[in-house]
Amino acid sequence: MLAFIIRRALQSIGVLLAVGIIAFAMFRFAGDPVNQIVSIDTPAAEREQVRRSLGLDDPVPLQFARYVSRALTGEFGVSYQFRQPVADLLGERMPATLELAICATVFSLVFGILMGVFSALKRESFLAKVFQTVSLIGISLPTFLIGILLIYLFSVSLGWLPSYGRGDTVRLGWWTTGLLTWTGLQALIMPSVTLGLFQMTLIMRLVRAEMLEVLRTDYIRFARARGIRTRAIHFGHALKNTLVPVITIVGLQFGSVIAFAIITETVFQWPGMGLLFVQAVQNVDIPIMAAYLMLVALIFVTINLVVDILYTVVDPRLRATIRQPA
Amino acid sequence: MTEGIQAAPVPGAPTAASKAEPATLSWVGRFFDSDVWASFRRSKLTMTAAFVTLLFFVLAIAAGLISPQNPFDPAQLELLNSRLPPLWEAEGQRPYLLGTDEQGRDILSAVLYGLRISLLVGFMGVAFSALLGITLGLVAGYVGGAVDTLIMRVADVQLTFPAILIALLVDGVVKSALGGSLDAGTMLSVLVFSIGLSFWVQYARTVRGSVMVEKNKDYVAAARLIGLPAPVIMVRHVLPNVLGPVLVIATINLALAIITEATLSFLGSGMPETMPSLGTLIRIGNNYLFSGEWWIVAFPGIALAVLVLAINLLGDWLRDALNPRLR
Repeated sequence: MLAFIIRRALQSIGVLLAVGIIAFAMFRFAGDPVNQIVSIDTPAAEREQVRRSLGLDDPVPLQFARYVSRALTGEFGVSYQFRQPVADLLGERMPATLELAICATVFSLVFGILMGVFSALKRESFLAKVFQTVSLIGISLPTFLIGILLIYLFSVSLGWLPSYGRGDTVRLGWWTTGLLTWTGLQALIMPSVTLGLFQMTLIMRLVRAEMLEVLRTDYIRFARARGIRTRAIHFGHALKNTLVPVITIVGLQFGSVIAFAIITETVFQWPGMGLLFVQAVQNVDIPIMAAYLMLVALIFVTINLVVDILYTVVDPRLRATIRQPA
Repeated sequence: MTEGIQAAPVPGAPTAASKAEPATLSWVGRFFDSDVWASFRRSKLTMTAAFVTLLFFVLAIAAGLISPQNPFDPAQLELLNSRLPPLWEAEGQRPYLLGTDEQGRDILSAVLYGLRISLLVGFMGVAFSALLGITLGLVAGYVGGAVDTLIMRVADVQLTFPAILIALLVDGVVKSALGGSLDAGTMLSVLVFSIGLSFWVQYARTVRGSVMVEKNKDYVAAARLIGLPAPVIMVRHVLPNVLGPVLVIATINLALAIITEATLSFLGSGMPETMPSLGTLIRIGNNYLFSGEWWIVAFPGIALAVLVLAINLLGDWLRDALNPRLR
């Protein structure tokens, strides 16, 4: 067990190192960092001095080691556009993105499970077919089109919801939150729905398939034979068993939600990390791009690691296979 | 996952297979006699999707012939005719069926030309990623050993990240490497390159899996015995036997590639406004949403949505039709 965790953790570190190499290569070789700092008419001697002060003359492995050790202490260099430390910029915007991602996940869980259970229990009903169609469209339509459609409906035509920004936010220490003000909550609705829609269809299909599977099993038939009420069978016995894969998927997908927030944040001008990243790509602001890549990689790898370890803790069958590798 | 997508079979509907065509040895004849064709004829939804996809292809190819104006020739644009609503609204004017945008550009023409760009980038992106993925998958599966491990490790790492993130990163890095502002043609290549790099993994994994099965079969051993070099065996003998699943992936990935291109263009890192794809048109139109000119964003949006939906339906059907386990 311990050996498995250690091996798995080492693998994760390997992945992070690989991403670190890519980030470093971007940072170092895509565009000359010196040119970004000095102006066009800076004399060559001065450029040379800047170059040396940045350590760009050192051997590349040494530079890489320096880059990684700085990244470990949360230092990712200075943004070309904003002339501010990248870590500060990202830290400032992280609460907005995380809040959005969490709200989107909660939305997708609640509605995905409800719709999934319904369409499994009432398979032939009209509403179930509507759900299936909606889920197909939800998977096919590009996120930004859904966002634009929502803005047109609820901001332009009906005027109910704000179309951009976070509304008023409250500062709690270093964390800013829009959850405590009325305008902040209003501003959260459309971005969360847009971002969560894809996950929602995923969860709905998963819950539906799992429910249909579970309802066919013997223990459900046995529960029916014992005369347990239908409601208790459906929700107490069947749904509980479908939730394990759902939680796994939600966990594994959380990283994707954060990455896909790039698009949603652009549509709704949400001041999060994704919007910062898109602007960085447009303006070729390499330090921000590299730092964002490392941050997302860290989130992904951590989630995957935790899920894997939790699985072996929860499911004893997996432990047996780990002990005797094939 | 596909239950809702596949339309119910229509009982009693005439099918091509039931007519029992004379047995021909030609490729075309065999196709029309196959299960795949029969399952195609059975699903109305699939036939509609195929028709819509085909229609879009024809429209895109013939854009230059059928559109009322060349939307990217400044000489043909008149600012007097800017922001006209579609023809069926009170202020609509001929010949602008779907209205005009800020610069007096005919929306219908812009959508047709944009469709062409979107499909072009989609196809080339899929072709590039398939080429890359199939090559790496073939090599990994056939050669094995350290090469295999290396390729598959890279694939594993890449698979952890969503394709759109990788496409954006590649796009940004290539642009910074090329430096400065890029013209539309270069931008198109950059898009194809970034889409290709983000979608190769699935091909590589699938091909590798099939190759590892195929390479132990007798015909490969025979080919080796008569002294054929490994590249010839891989390409001439193994490759044709592993292409079935690749076709399915390519169809589904065409929709994904078109969405990715549209998303990149919408985010402002794709096609420039001088040579817009559907995504760029939506980006432009999005700016006029609040001033009431809904048609500038609506029609490119509808075109993109319908195209992607149709291709997705086709891909889903193809996956089921070619899957022997579902027969």
